[in-house]
Amino acid sequence: MSLFSSITAASLAKDIRLEWRSKDAINSMLFFALLVVVVFSFSFDPNAEESRRIAGGLIWVAFLFAAVVALNQTWARELRNQVLDAYRVSPASANSLFLGKALGNFIFVCVLEALMTPLFILFYNLRALGPAWQLIPIAVLGTWAIVVNGTFFAALSIRTRSREIMLPLLLFPISIPALLAMVQGTAAVLGGEFSARFWIALLVTYDVVFTIASLFLFETVLHAE
Amino acid sequence: MKFLFAAYAATWLIHTCYMGTLARRFTQLRNQIKEIAERKS
Amino acid sequence: MKRLFPIFGAITTALLGFALYEALIAAPTEQTMGNVQRIFYYHVSSAWTAFILFAINFVASIVYLVKRSEKADVIALVGAEVGVVFCTVVLVTGPLWARPVWGIWWAPGDVRLTSTLVLWLIYVSYLILRRFSSSGQTPMIAAVLAVFGALDVPLVYFSIWFFRTQHPQPVIGDGGAIDPRMMHVLLLNWLAFSCFAALLCWARYRLEVLRRDVDETLALESLLEPRGSR
Repeated sequence: MSLFSSITAASLAKDIRLEWRSKDAINSMLFFALLVVVVFSFSFDPNAEESRRIAGGLIWVAFLFAAVVALNQTWARELRNQVLDAYRVSPASANSLFLGKALGNFIFVCVLEALMTPLFILFYNLRALGPAWQLIPIAVLGTWAIVVNGTFFAALSIRTRSREIMLPLLLFPISIPALLAMVQGTAAVLGGEFSARFWIALLVTYDVVFTIASLFLFETVLHAE
Repeated sequence: MKFLFAAYAATWLIHTCYMGTLARRFTQLRNQIKEIAERKS
Repeated sequence: MKRLFPIFGAITTALLGFALYEALIAAPTEQTMGNVQRIFYYHVSSAWTAFILFAINFVASIVYLVKRSEKADVIALVGAEVGVVFCTVVLVTGPLWARPVWGIWWAPGDVRLTSTLVLWLIYVSYLILRRFSSSGQTPMIAAVLAVFGALDVPLVYFSIWFFRTQHPQPVIGDGGAIDPRMMHVLLLNWLAFSCFAALLCWARYRLEVLRRDVDETLALESLLEPRGSR
């Protein structure tokens, strides 16, 4: 295994291990997503037809907000223990740290989605009229879109005032194309009227563009802090 | 057409507000500079 | 240099006045929409100006990332700020035009207006980031955000465009060919507003340079001050 991927794997393994022991991020994310679902279910009382149209939006809004909870604490541990300084000094590639972090966040949010989706199906009596397997690439690509930019912007906001508000403030506008794709793609699959293929292609493009951009610029950001 | 005049008026209102903030910050800076000059002398 | 500013200001004011006259009175009245269509001269010229300013911000940000030039950083800030002002004008005049003509204030599928809204959101978040970050790293972080924002723009455009093809909505804005006389008035207004934008940028640039000088002086003062002298 190359040096780069072994560092990435080590960073990822460390984050997963820490998270497994404390379950901080997962618990807060889960509870937050649950709250969002419950509040939405009081605000909307849709019949089956309507819920298929709006469920896509609701699900992704809930996941987006929950993901922000996880993303906000991405670098908190590193900051507390001066890990970033150590990284700046070490010869390790900054990108392996970034990828490790991003993959860790990705796994956490995916776990969240896996746990919350059955709940959503229950609450809103969802049934996919279109090809349901397409929901998987939409979910995977969409989650990566949020997580890769979120991890990057979390690093950008480290030394700003009101750090917790800065992250969603920066993340949401830039994520709009991805969000639109996720929501419309999900609605297309659930509703069965339209094809989700363009949305999936858009998500692939978005993911490629911003993963490359993040990897390209992360070193600069790390050394700026 | 009141929408037409509203649009043109809104445009100039926005520009005037921005020019106003610029002017205000200029005067603030001028005052600060005066203060510094007084302190130095 | 300093005397140039009022002269340029006078020319710009004259241009703007003339352009306004052309837009409101001299330009031909549109067939279907009537006089409300004249909003188009201000709406579109402001949009083009805003896009140019944001492009200036993008280029300046890249220059900063490559060269670390402070001048580039100030230009980036100025471009973003004045760009947001013009973008706000676009977003205000758009619905004011849409309402009497199409009966709706806003159509989420309207590619141009919605893309402009997202652009506005991205640059407002850019300005907020600049305000909230500690001054040492601000230029770097802001430049990185500007690059991300610029990369996002085509994606925004395509996503909304495809949304519209799936959910057909009324198109706000001119459709089809423009009468050449109207094109002249539009270009005139664009020229006038570009000069006005240049004036604003110039003023903002001088303001920023002055502000940074003052901040530096104050910082030096407090450093050199002997303790307990206050």
